[in-house]
Amino acid sequence: MAANTKPVLHGYFRSSCSWRVRIAFALKGIEYDQVTVNLIKDGGQQRTQEFQSVNPMQQVPAVEIDGITLCQSLAVIQYVDETRPGAKLLPADPKKRAQVRMISDLIASGIQPLQNLYVIQKIGADKVQWSQHFIDRGFKALEPILKQTAGKYCVGDEISMADICLVPQVYNAERFKVNMDQYPTIKRLNQTLLEIEAFKVSHPSNQPDTPADMSA
Amino acid sequence: MQQVPAVEIDGITLCQSLAVIQYVDETRPGAKLLPADPKKRAQVRMISDLIASGIQPLQNLYVIQKIGADKVQWSQHFIDRGFKALEPILKQTAGKYCVGDEISMADICLVPQVYNAERFKVNMDQYPTIKRLNQTLLEIEAFKVSHPSNQPDTPADMSA
Repeated sequence: MAANTKPVLHGYFRSSCSWRVRIAFALKGIEYDQVTVNLIKDGGQQRTQEFQSVNPMQQVPAVEIDGITLCQSLAVIQYVDETRPGAKLLPADPKKRAQVRMISDLIASGIQPLQNLYVIQKIGADKVQWSQHFIDRGFKALEPILKQTAGKYCVGDEISMADICLVPQVYNAERFKVNMDQYPTIKRLNQTLLEIEAFKVSHPSNQPDTPADMSA
Repeated sequence: MQQVPAVEIDGITLCQSLAVIQYVDETRPGAKLLPADPKKRAQVRMISDLIASGIQPLQNLYVIQKIGADKVQWSQHFIDRGFKALEPILKQTAGKYCVGDEISMADICLVPQVYNAERFKVNMDQYPTIKRLNQTLLEIEAFKVSHPSNQPDTPADMSA
């Protein structure tokens, strides 16, 4: 029987989707190895043939775990949740679970893909305005949803995949100088979550590939 | 979010199609829409998300209205990019359907995305596995009865 090998995360310090996976591993207490895929250097290391065989979509994160390679952060997070012990990342109640997925997908399908590196490279000069537009559009929708669903965290009082998606998206919003005062519930949740160890240890400022001038 | 679909069910309103689908799967009897095996389930989600996060949001109505004149080229680009990645993934995971031999949420995502690809005149011959799966799935009653050509609001000149 092979010894348990650690999962391997192919990611980038500032990739919000990679950060989601790092948070999930930290919340579950899972040790893992990281392989840096620098999205800027050498024309973008995600474009190498080597990485293409890891993830044909040429995106991070990609995770080697239990003998398979998975991409798409929410597929990875739910796989980890279903196969590892520890605090559950989705609620037991089906309606709450649906709300967690709805919030996660609003971010992971409705906001982030419109402002990721590949798209903004295609947009070119207008990229800041474009990104602000899509983040604002998504947050304008998310704010009233969260007012309904949130307790201490995005859905009730247990940390979930929704919180895992929220914090990296707020980080992106701040990078693009979105005015977060418009979204008091999102702002409050983000501040609460950033105090939690799993969100700190996984933060972009604390990664092996964080540039020296951005390190915590 | 001013988008469709939104579903009122069991006293709540849900948006985001994959959240709705998994809620329905978890609360209603009948054939499961996600496999029991966790690795296969992860593959179903991976394929579904590749489409629902990696392709469709880049070519939906709101975005192409913002893109304007270049919208066909833009849409083709993002559909091609996603299908180029999906084709080798499906070669590995597919049996009769996207993941093995049971219909899943991945198949549910695939067929409407191929319909969009055809609308934007993407050359589907580049993607033989996707093409084959789509043809198989379109023969199934659930995919036929739900087809855009068969809906209450289908324009007369597009009805089946």
